[in-house]
Amino acid sequence: MTRKQKRLAVIAGGMSFIIVAVLLVMFAFSQSVAYFFMPADLAKTEVKPGTRIRLGGLVAEGSVKRGQGSTVSFTVTDGTGNVPVTYTGILPDLFREGQGVVTEGTFDAVTHSFVADSVLAKHDENYMPKEVADRLKADGVWNEGQGNEGKEAATR
Amino acid sequence: MMIEIGHYALVLALATALIVSVLPAIGARRGDTAMMALGTTGTLTVFTLVALSFTALTWAYVVSDFSVKNVWENSHSLMPLIYKYSGVWGNHEGSMMLWLLILTFFSALVAVFGRNLPETLKANVLAVQAWIACAFLLFILLTSNPFLRLDPAPAEGQDLNPVLQDFGLAVHPPLLYLGYVGFSVCFSFAVAALMEGRIDAAWARWVRPWTLAAWTFLTAGIAMGSYWAYYELGWGGWWFWDPVENASFMPWLAGTALLHSALVMEKREALKIWTVLLAIMTFSLSLLGTFLVRSGVLTSVHAFATDPTRGIFILCILAIFIGGAFTLFAWRAPMLKAGGLFAPISREGALVLNNLILTVATATVLTGTLYPLVLETLTGEKISVGAPFFNMTFGLLMLPLLVVVPFGPMLAWKRGDLLGALQRLWIFAALALFAGLAFYYVHNGGPVMAIFGLALGFWGMFGALADLWYRGNFSKVGLSVGLRRLAGLPRSVFGTAIAHFGLGVTVLGIFAATTFGTETVVEMKPGASVDAGGYSLTFDGMRDAVGPNFTEQRGHFTVSRGGVQVADTWSSKRLYTARRMPTTEAGILTFGLSQLYVSLGDPMEGGGIVVRIWWKPFILCIWGGALIMMFGGFISLSDRRLRVGAPSRKAKPVKPALEAAE
Repeated sequence: MTRKQKRLAVIAGGMSFIIVAVLLVMFAFSQSVAYFFMPADLAKTEVKPGTRIRLGGLVAEGSVKRGQGSTVSFTVTDGTGNVPVTYTGILPDLFREGQGVVTEGTFDAVTHSFVADSVLAKHDENYMPKEVADRLKADGVWNEGQGNEGKEAATR
Repeated sequence: MMIEIGHYALVLALATALIVSVLPAIGARRGDTAMMALGTTGTLTVFTLVALSFTALTWAYVVSDFSVKNVWENSHSLMPLIYKYSGVWGNHEGSMMLWLLILTFFSALVAVFGRNLPETLKANVLAVQAWIACAFLLFILLTSNPFLRLDPAPAEGQDLNPVLQDFGLAVHPPLLYLGYVGFSVCFSFAVAALMEGRIDAAWARWVRPWTLAAWTFLTAGIAMGSYWAYYELGWGGWWFWDPVENASFMPWLAGTALLHSALVMEKREALKIWTVLLAIMTFSLSLLGTFLVRSGVLTSVHAFATDPTRGIFILCILAIFIGGAFTLFAWRAPMLKAGGLFAPISREGALVLNNLILTVATATVLTGTLYPLVLETLTGEKISVGAPFFNMTFGLLMLPLLVVVPFGPMLAWKRGDLLGALQRLWIFAALALFAGLAFYYVHNGGPVMAIFGLALGFWGMFGALADLWYRGNFSKVGLSVGLRRLAGLPRSVFGTAIAHFGLGVTVLGIFAATTFGTETVVEMKPGASVDAGGYSLTFDGMRDAVGPNFTEQRGHFTVSRGGVQVADTWSSKRLYTARRMPTTEAGILTFGLSQLYVSLGDPMEGGGIVVRIWWKPFILCIWGGALIMMFGGFISLSDRRLRVGAPSRKAKPVKPALEAAE
């Protein structure tokens, strides 16, 4: 190989690695990105069972029921819609009724309830996950000073 | 009074930094020695003033002076003394003060140890450092002043965030910042070189120790942060691909690339422009990390209070420094003389491959971190990019790098012999594969593909040993001569081998812990037992307890193996009274390199409690490997060839290839 060919081969090798990386990133985005929904959105857009989403809202008062072992069921609400959620595992320290929550999981094809595999109660100083607080403010459901009992808490 | 002195010192530091950011640079243009010398004294003055200011703030914390707003918000008189010290940087204002303190500390180090630098280069570097200091001094004074007073002074403070009341806070931020901010020196050197329009191998030689020092501290800081999150948060994970973690990981990846490309530049005078670009990119990523963590665009344990003006201010700093540096680069880089060409199969070729993979991997992490933020700003749509994305992209892209790492040191400069390297390494590869198989067989379970992952870890470790084995030529000359040969090698060779070995240990730990680990969530009543990792865990019951600033309910667990009790531990749910904030304290038991991790959930009706038990085999390898990497960094740093100012030309005329052009 001449010097020029060698250099071309090196550049082609580098470029192909970068192209592979770009394709991989695009593929991973299509596969593993979870969109954020609130109960009201689900009335408008249909989410197929098996599609991973994040569901956020408030834990409805009086809806938390403990089932067998560590399975818990509760309802996520945003004032207009309600979605029943089941979750098996340990709930975060800051999980409680009337407070904001973000769950991640899929809809069950048979029961149409939301099966969460992770429950996050990541809070800013107003005891509300940022995504949920933003939307509640936008929808006018937000009252200033809501749940203002703690500060700078973040947990899952 | 102390507080006012601290406040005043900070303002004085700004005034001095303004002078240092202008005069030495002008002096360097005009060749005015007196003006250039001002850089050294000015930099030392700025450091002294900032240190004084930081001391004043620390003093306010130690004596619990609640008339200072910052202390009132983040301290409590009953807090243990160590947290009063570490609590100084456990909040937004204080952590920016620490950032600034470390920045000026590095500037002072350049001023002191840069005696042998060309006068103009040193003056320019100190000026650029002073620009950064000015920006952050302004940021602190205008938007995040820790010295504001309260009148009347409250009697008691609001307490520090309980998650931060831990020894980790005393260690993690300073180490992380030493790394993060340390890259500012590389940035300043790059910008100074662009300003002078001249760059050579000597430049790389001056930059390398700074890169190495910053990289070493950043490695330790990230590992420490990961372990802290692991034991404190009670989630049982050691890396969450959280944007805040990525913010510190990206400068590390770019810094690792910089470390290797500076090597090529020093030894072969190639990759000059690339190295300068990489130095700018690394510190830009550090600044981006500061922006992500400090501006409040993300909600996390690291985002203390959110204030939009701060975010915009840091964004401006980011835009000015990154934009300015890249503009300067675009304008001046064509003037720099490009380096020579080289063969793809050679040491420098391998280092280029390392750079290619590391920068592409950094870019994927950057994409995954910023994409949700950009999408939300543009369309309002909220998405989350989590671990699956990063495992699929970053994980896969890094695999080829882990395969080629042992080949790098085996190849010669200029023209490497790949076939020869293969011949030397195949036995070590076979050993690694065998070790992976044996490991998998002993622990039994998990997907078969894990064998390759484990073998990859062993390959990294054995490859590093192979490097030393062949350098000592043990197979031909025997043990004693071989050892003597090794003793004669420069320390940086050992640094490389140790760091690569550490990388292998970390990789092994990651694969072992994810393949063989188990997780059990179960409801337990007092007296019940659960098996995990060959141990039997018995729940003995709950008890109430009171700490200095919290109350807790703790569960006691006894661990036995084969019917014999081997250990016991407490796991608790705490409530910090001042903030009414609950936390979970996990019970962690260490057996060799493996750990048993017990975390409490909610109490059930009928006296039971939900308990989550993880068996984490070889988990300590993950952080142990990082510590070994850090150790390698220090060994390499102690190499006398790297010490700035060490007389090298006269002392060592034998190896011209290693000498820097003056």
